[in-house]
Amino acid sequence: MYEIRIHGRGGQGAVLAGSILAAAIVNEGSYVVAIPSFGFERRGAPVTSFLRMDTREIRQMTNIYRPDCVLCIDPTVGRAVNIFDGMVEGGAWIQTTAKPLGELTVPPQAGTVGLCDAVSIALEIFKRPITNTLMLGAFAKTTGRVSLDSLRAAVMDSDFRDAGLKQNLLALERGYEETTVHTIQRRAAA
Amino acid sequence: MSAVLKPKSKAIVCDGNEAAAWAVTLARVDMVAVYPITPQSSLVEYLAKFVADGRLNAEIVDVEGEHSVLSVLHGGTLAGARTYTGTCGPGLAFMFEPYLRTPGLRLPIVMSIVTRDTLTPQSVWGGHQDAMSVREVGWIQMYCETVQEVLDTTIMAYRIAEHRDVMLPVNVCHDGNYLSYGAARIELPTQEEVDAFLPPPATNWHAALDPARPMAVDPLTGGAGGAGPALFVGYRKGQCAGMQNALAVIEQAHEDWARVVGRRHAPLLESYRMEDAETALVTLGSMSGAGKDAVDAARERGERVGLIKIKTYRPFPVQAVARALAGVKAIGVVDRSVSFGWDCGPLYQDVIGALQFTARHPAAMSFIGGLAGADITTDHFERVIERIRALAKDGQAGETVWLNEKD
Repeated sequence: MYEIRIHGRGGQGAVLAGSILAAAIVNEGSYVVAIPSFGFERRGAPVTSFLRMDTREIRQMTNIYRPDCVLCIDPTVGRAVNIFDGMVEGGAWIQTTAKPLGELTVPPQAGTVGLCDAVSIALEIFKRPITNTLMLGAFAKTTGRVSLDSLRAAVMDSDFRDAGLKQNLLALERGYEETTVHTIQRRAAA
Repeated sequence: MSAVLKPKSKAIVCDGNEAAAWAVTLARVDMVAVYPITPQSSLVEYLAKFVADGRLNAEIVDVEGEHSVLSVLHGGTLAGARTYTGTCGPGLAFMFEPYLRTPGLRLPIVMSIVTRDTLTPQSVWGGHQDAMSVREVGWIQMYCETVQEVLDTTIMAYRIAEHRDVMLPVNVCHDGNYLSYGAARIELPTQEEVDAFLPPPATNWHAALDPARPMAVDPLTGGAGGAGPALFVGYRKGQCAGMQNALAVIEQAHEDWARVVGRRHAPLLESYRMEDAETALVTLGSMSGAGKDAVDAARERGERVGLIKIKTYRPFPVQAVARALAGVKAIGVVDRSVSFGWDCGPLYQDVIGALQFTARHPAAMSFIGGLAGADITTDHFERVIERIRALAKDGQAGETVWLNEKD
C-alpha cells in the first residue's frame, strides 16, 4: 500500500486533485481510496486530503498518519501545519515552490524531493494560483506511481470542459515537464 | 427515458453519495423528495444531475423541510410509486413525526441516513448517533462498510422493503464523511443486471390510494374499549412479524444479488477470521476495514482474534450474533455513538442482550470511538485487542473506554 497526503488551501482543488489522481490510478488497474479532510473548507484555510493506492482492495477508510508521500500544492501552508508529520523514512515530498532545493529545509526522512514552481505556471495558464493539476504532473514525475497518460485520461473524464479542459491538460503537462526531482543522499551518521 | 447506461458493468471511482445516487437511478425510482443537509447534500445534487442528464426518469420534489420530505413520499408511495430520500442529523430529527408513521403504514420507502453525530455540541461530522436515536422506531437499518456496499445495499433495500412478507421502510446507513465523501473504485452494475434482480415497484395493497377501492388510511385505532385494543395489537404484531421476516428476506436478497453481479456481501453479519478465535471485535460500518487490518496484524503475532461486523442492525440478528460469539472468551464492541442511559455504546447493549442466548456468557466490554468525525484507526483497534486479551484472562470487564479521549 502507498499512502499519499495532499496539503493545500481551500479553493486550490486539493480534494479534486485527489479524485482525479484516484481515477487515474484506477485506470491503471489498481485500487484506491481517497478521503477528503472534513470540515467547512473556507477559501484559504489549510485543507488536507488522503489517498491510498494498492494492487489489492483497500479496507482502511481512515485518515493517513504515516504518509509515503507528502504532496503539497500550496507554497505557504507548511508554515501553518506540519506537513511532514509522520512521514515515513525515505518518503517523497513534492512541493510547490519558486525556491531551489538549497533554500528549503528538507525534512530528515525525505528520500526524494520534487519541486515545481506551480504558482507561477498557474498564473500564466489560469491567471489564478490554482495548482492542483499542475502538482499532479509533479507527482507523476517525482514518484512514477502513475503515468502522465492516465492522468490526462482522468482529466478528460472529469467535469472540465472546453477552455478549462485545455488549460488543465496543459497544466498537467507543464507540471510534469517543469518539476525537478532530487534524490536526497543521507550523510552517514558521525 | 430511464437510465441510459453502458451495457457492461464497469469500474468507476466515486464517493458513497454518488454511489447511492447511482443505486437510486439503477433501481428506477419514480419519486425523490429532498431537503439537502451535509454530509448528505451531494447525494441530492447527483440525483438532480442524473435527472437533468436524462439518466433518471423520476420526479424530484424540492420541499421546504424534512418533515415535508417524508410526508410527500408517504403520498407518493401510497399512490404506488417507488420512492427515495436521504437525510442525516438535524434533518432526521425534523422529519421524526412522519418517520414514526412510516413503518406503521407499512410503506416500503428507502432512505439513506448519511450518519452524523447529533447536536449538541455543534458538529457537522460523522458518527452513528442520529441513526441510533431512531433504532427502535420500526425501520429496517443496514450499515455499510464500503462505497461498493452503499451502492449494492441501496438497490437491495428496495427488494427487501417491497417484499410482501416485509412491507417496511429501510434505512441504508452510510458513514458521514468517511463513506459519503470517501471515494473508492467500485463496480457499477448494468441496468440489465439490476432489472433482472429488482422487479417493478410493487403497489402496497395493504394501504394504497386507488379510486376504484376507496378506503380510509390510518383512522383512529386503539383505546380501552371495543375493537380498539385488539386491532392496535394486531397492527403492532404485524409490524414485528414484518421485521422478523426481514431477516430471511435480507439473506435471500444478498444471495440473489451475488448471483446476478458476482459480489457477495454478508447479509446480517460478517464473521472475519473467527474460526478459532478466543477474542472478538464487534464493529459497525466503515470502521470495520481498519478493524480487519488490525485483526490481521494481531493474527500474524499469533493472537487468536476475530471480528464480527454487524450489517443488519434492525432487525437485530440476535440468534446469528449469539452463534457467532458463542465460542469466544472476551468481546470488545466498538460503537460510534453513545447510549446515554447506560453509559456505553448501543451496539454493546444489543450484543450483551444476544449473549444471554449463549451457554458460556463470554465477557464483553464497550468501546466508544469515532464521535463527531474522529478517526477509528488500526492503532485504536490494537488498543481494543490488547484490552480484551486481558479481559479473556481475568474476566474483569472495566468501564466503557472512550477511544479518542486522548487523541
